Amino acid sequence: MLNSKIKDEIDHWIHKFPEGKQRSAILSSLHAVQHHNRGYLTTELMNDVADYLDIPKIQVFEVATFYSMFQTKPVGQHEIAVCTNISCMLRGSDNILQHIEKRLNIKAGQSTIDGKIFLKNEEECLAACTGAPMMMLDHHYIENLDIKTVDQILNDLEKNND
Amino acid sequence: MTDLNQVIFSNINGQDPWSIQAYLSSGGYQTWKSILTDQINKHSPEKIIDAVSKSGLRGRGGAGFPTGKKWSFMPETSQQKYIVCNSDESEPGTCHDRDILKYNPHALIEGMAIAGFAMGATVGYNYVRGEFMIECFPRIEQALHEAYELGLLGTNILDSGINFNLHNFLGAGAYICGEETALLESLEGKQGKPRFKPPFPANFGLYGKPTTVNNTQTLASIPKIIQNGPEWFSSFGTEKSPGTIIFSVSGHINKPGNYELPLGISFSELLDYAGGMENDKSLKAVIPGGSSTKILPGEIIQNCTMDYESLQKAGSALGTGAVIVIAEGSCMVELLKRISRFYFAENCGQCTPCREGTGWLYRILDRITQGNGKINDLELLVDVANRIEGNTICAFGDASAWPVQSFIEHFFDEFEYMIKNKGKSIAA
Repeated sequence: MLNSKIKDEIDHWIHKFPEGKQRSAILSSLHAVQHHNRGYLTTELMNDVADYLDIPKIQVFEVATFYSMFQTKPVGQHEIAVCTNISCMLRGSDNILQHIEKRLNIKAGQSTIDGKIFLKNEEECLAACTGAPMMMLDHHYIENLDIKTVDQILNDLEKNND
Repeated sequence: MTDLNQVIFSNINGQDPWSIQAYLSSGGYQTWKSILTDQINKHSPEKIIDAVSKSGLRGRGGAGFPTGKKWSFMPETSQQKYIVCNSDESEPGTCHDRDILKYNPHALIEGMAIAGFAMGATVGYNYVRGEFMIECFPRIEQALHEAYELGLLGTNILDSGINFNLHNFLGAGAYICGEETALLESLEGKQGKPRFKPPFPANFGLYGKPTTVNNTQTLASIPKIIQNGPEWFSSFGTEKSPGTIIFSVSGHINKPGNYELPLGISFSELLDYAGGMENDKSLKAVIPGGSSTKILPGEIIQNCTMDYESLQKAGSALGTGAVIVIAEGSCMVELLKRISRFYFAENCGQCTPCREGTGWLYRILDRITQGNGKINDLELLVDVANRIEGNTICAFGDASAWPVQSFIEHFFDEFEYMIKNKGKSIAA
């Protein structure tokens, strides 16, 4: 069941759309439930969203599986997404990604065994090309990366026990 | 040197330029207020559309369609009409809409209100890419809140009888949603799969109602164009490419950045703005308008001016104004493989030539870099690209084909060398 906080958030979105067009709130509803479920969606949560919006379950499921920001399998709590598209590649993003993979002992697309970090396989350009190389940590943009900065970020994440 | 930031970014130099106080003190919302007080004579919808047409403003999202003309397609009807802003910025190399959302959100809001009034659209949606949820989205939400607080949006705005309600929307990670009909599908809560056209959005758009979709930079340019007049705007740039555009310059240069400059400046001047080549390396090639535009070798782009006509004549396009600079020593096969991986990953799966073809392109390039390329692979790559181009519902298919065609056209030797030398790069 969705808690009242999530329902309020979904209601806020529903009100942006005309009467009967609550399907438009699927993306935002999924963002909300995913956020409150430590970064991923479950079938139960997707069904809850469909019930709350009063729309067929398949409409929610097809959105959840189409967009890259939705995870339909359990992933680590904190998401790191290194942009490796063309502008970042020209400025050394492959070294940054390799360094993180080596240090976390996982490949892009995987999560660490302790469930703390999810290293997203990012294919899309993240629109910060003038700050390349860059990555997102829980959707915060961190630009002009070098190995030292990356290590500092990972150190802080490891120390942090939230 | 040519002056920077003369239109869209002309008001972002002070403190907290994104606040409504800063925007108002630089003359912001004057155009909108003037419309609200004189909507019949001075600022009739026809006059606004006429001014936008005369200014020569073209869509800055990549396709470059004349904005005034697009607005004029909206039908006279009693139905609900919509104005939608495409802030789903994701063309590789492009990052200027992000700066508009961050630093000048009120220019976008005012631009959307004016556009809505001119086309009779009383509701607007600003579709912001999902990845901007922490950085840009709160800021544009705050700006919207401020505009409502001052009574500049809503119902019967400042007793003018004009209604305009605006909402921000958040996407969820899909490059294809930058295509305007995919964006509308996404806004309706569906998968972002482009619609077959016609009918065009002006006749059948959001929820089947007349809709115009414009890019963030396009709409953020509107308030100044109406305030200072179309002649003022077209005094920047060239006769056929009037106005200013924000170039996102990235890659092997000393000062990557967003530079708002008049169209038609020379490539070498733009390169000077960006601090010149990194480590004094020589220029090898440039992708002039985002990864979907054709690559140009250094010796060709060095003689180009940065406008629609010159780049088209040179065999590429201005696109989004995302200038990706590539220095000598870069492996063109690896670069093309990365670009092709992107189109393979991001295609929506709807049209067979694109869904299957982008996979073919990526896999052939992958085997070449792995040392397993065959000598007829280059012919095969171009053949597959040619079979995608023009055979899909939207321009994504073309965008996946053009890099392949142009990289192989201009750097054939590098590809051939790698195939003959079992994956060894000529650039290494």
